[in-house]
Amino acid sequence: MLPCFFVSYELSHLEALEAESIFIIREVAAEFDKPVLLFSGGKDSAVMLHLAVKAFWPAPLPFPLMHVDTGHNFPEVIKYRDERAAELGARLIVASVQEAIDAGKVTEEKGPRASRNRLQTQPLLESIEQHGFNAVFGGARRDEEKARAKERVYSFRDEFGQWDPKNQRPELWSLYNGRHRRGEHIRVFPLSNWTELDVWQYIEQEKVALPSIYFTHRREVFRRDGMLMAWSPFLPLLPGESVSTAAVRFRTVGDMTCTACVESTADTIEQVIHEIKASRVTERGASRADDKFSETAMEDRKREGYF
Amino acid sequence: MELLRFATAGSVDDGKSTLIGRLLYDTKSILEDQLAAVERTSKSRGDEYVNLALLLDGLKAEREQGITIDVAYRYFNTVKRKFIIADTPGHLQYTRNMVTGASTADLALILVDARKGVLEQTRRHAFIASLLRVPHLVLCINKMDLVDFDAGVFESIREEFRQFSMKLDVQDLTFIPISALGGDNVVTRSEKMPWYEGPTLLHHLENVHIASDRNLIHVRFPVQGVIRPASAKKFHDYRAYTGAVLGGVLRPGDEVMVLPSGFTTRIKSLELAGKSLEEAFPPMSVNVSLAEELDISRGDMICRPGNPPLVGQDIDAMVCWLSEASQLQPGARLAIKHTTRSARAMIKQLHYRLDVNTLHRDEQSPGLKLNEIGRVTLRTTVPLFFDEYRRNRNTGSFILVDEGTNATVGAGMINGAAV
Ligand SMILES: Nc1nc2c(ncn2[C@@H]2O[C@H](COP(=O)(O)OP(=O)(O)O)[C@@H](O)[C@H]2O)c(=O)[nH]1
Ligand SMILES: [Mg+2]
Repeated sequence: MLPCFFVSYELSHLEALEAESIFIIREVAAEFDKPVLLFSGGKDSAVMLHLAVKAFWPAPLPFPLMHVDTGHNFPEVIKYRDERAAELGARLIVASVQEAIDAGKVTEEKGPRASRNRLQTQPLLESIEQHGFNAVFGGARRDEEKARAKERVYSFRDEFGQWDPKNQRPELWSLYNGRHRRGEHIRVFPLSNWTELDVWQYIEQEKVALPSIYFTHRREVFRRDGMLMAWSPFLPLLPGESVSTAAVRFRTVGDMTCTACVESTADTIEQVIHEIKASRVTERGASRADDKFSETAMEDRKREGYF
Repeated sequence: MELLRFATAGSVDDGKSTLIGRLLYDTKSILEDQLAAVERTSKSRGDEYVNLALLLDGLKAEREQGITIDVAYRYFNTVKRKFIIADTPGHLQYTRNMVTGASTADLALILVDARKGVLEQTRRHAFIASLLRVPHLVLCINKMDLVDFDAGVFESIREEFRQFSMKLDVQDLTFIPISALGGDNVVTRSEKMPWYEGPTLLHHLENVHIASDRNLIHVRFPVQGVIRPASAKKFHDYRAYTGAVLGGVLRPGDEVMVLPSGFTTRIKSLELAGKSLEEAFPPMSVNVSLAEELDISRGDMICRPGNPPLVGQDIDAMVCWLSEASQLQPGARLAIKHTTRSARAMIKQLHYRLDVNTLHRDEQSPGLKLNEIGRVTLRTTVPLFFDEYRRNRNTGSFILVDEGTNATVGAGMINGAAV
């Protein structure tokens, strides 16, 4: 008699996404001599780093990490970034927007709504060039924003770091084309097919550590353009704005001047997931002032070489 | 929750954007700020209705010209499945985009306007889906509201398409009458078509059986890389091969053969990041350790001794040409990427160009231009370890890259070894 049992050769969506991302990361390590992983300390880059560590374990990470520091970052995130790099024994390269300003390479925006967000592109590209990196891992997801929905997994950048959305290489099966000339590079997005919810579910499943500001904490905040902003010396108040204290958490982390928080008492990943499932607003809509300038703000920045 | 990838196809104005907008909206995957942004843009453009197509057309040029330029990926989920939609536009470079979207799809969804019936375009979409071996095909007969929800219209379109599809290699075919605008039979069952007894579109997407579409018989593990952390003391003797399982089921203790050497050994262990595994199957990414030390590197293939892939340098394949700037011509030399192997290839012969509308074979064609599909023989600089595309979409496919511009110019599906 034949044994009677059923084996299901099915993967959960998280297992399938993980398998795809690890495959992509390993392809890059095999085909490029100088990759680098952009690590901002945000949840997406935390997941990307976690996947990269899994891809090569027990060998150490075969490429360094890079962070573009605007000088206006949350101290909790910088602390997390440094601890994580130290824990892994990974080399961390910091490209500094402040240094670029001091050297006169970029000009600081003026006024109460000034942000250093857009200024990140110059130090990013300069650092890529200086170190000769030819593959740059980014944690962007296609579900984040409509220009990003058109992005390839391997995204070609010319010698000026520019993205040409109308002239992208077709990407078929899992056969990625990383060929490029000297001075050009490929941005690689291993999390292309993940959604915000997938990221949180994976963080829960894998117990990925995160900066504390992703969970509820009391903070001095004020309202601007319908968003709740963290009060800091980098964001002078406009007439009529006033600071109060609230229990908040962040859904994305970036520069303090353009990242808003949401009121929340969620102090576990489970509670955060619960809130996200109930939320009727996207994470960028809820918390990113940088996308609100125009319908095509992200596309414009991406064309110039932004993340 | 399982993952299902599907590609959508349809002629201009068949209602593709409306249908996708409807699926996203009715599954509550469109959030308030996205809807508000679409409403704002719709209003400023003077649209009479909230144009859900704006959700999908993301680039500046697309909004300005009201067209979709490139494949866009959309995501939504229900409690049962996570869905990835490859939305391939019908205007420019149609074949190229649909080939791209279909290459990874479990299911292709083709829209037909109930008033127009099966058109040349419909036949072309169906042919591409069958050429790319998309396992499940769904024909959505849309705009049923404009034909009074008439069962007769649905049935005659179904019969006509069924006749045509017998010429193709379609494995699973489903017909669903819908109205994307009204939402009939998209997420909720339509009361206006009581004569239709099949599932709604979403029900079908949630339940179509995809687990058996993968090849679980022929073991195929192309080596991606080697992990040997010689410097770390604790793992001094650790040595494993990394890769994605592209076919079959691997288990510790299994006898395996490594190509090109032909040496056989056993699987010592399977694991990922320190967690050992009882078995590995597609599309898992794992580390494979072998009982004996063999000389193995990236591009080699691990398989079962009694069941190896084809090995050779002369390959017979269907190629779709993707480049505007050049043509595929006999004698052309190109870079080729197949599984984890990169090599060079020469086009030895172009047997014919296939007319995707009539399936007529033009044997006089001097070359293949953008969006054209033809049958070629090519020779590679090193042997490839491959399968017929119809047996395994991952070991049966390759891309061709222009060595001058580095552009991806061709997509290939292997028929077999060239004779
Ligand atoms: N009456 C009716 N009109 C529809 C239906 N689906 C789409 N349309 C209309 O057909 C037109 C083209 O639809 P659209 O989704 O832009 O087509 P696409 O070019 O395939 O993306 C629009 O005016 C839609 O409102 C339907 O089921 N019934
Ligand atoms: Mg459309």
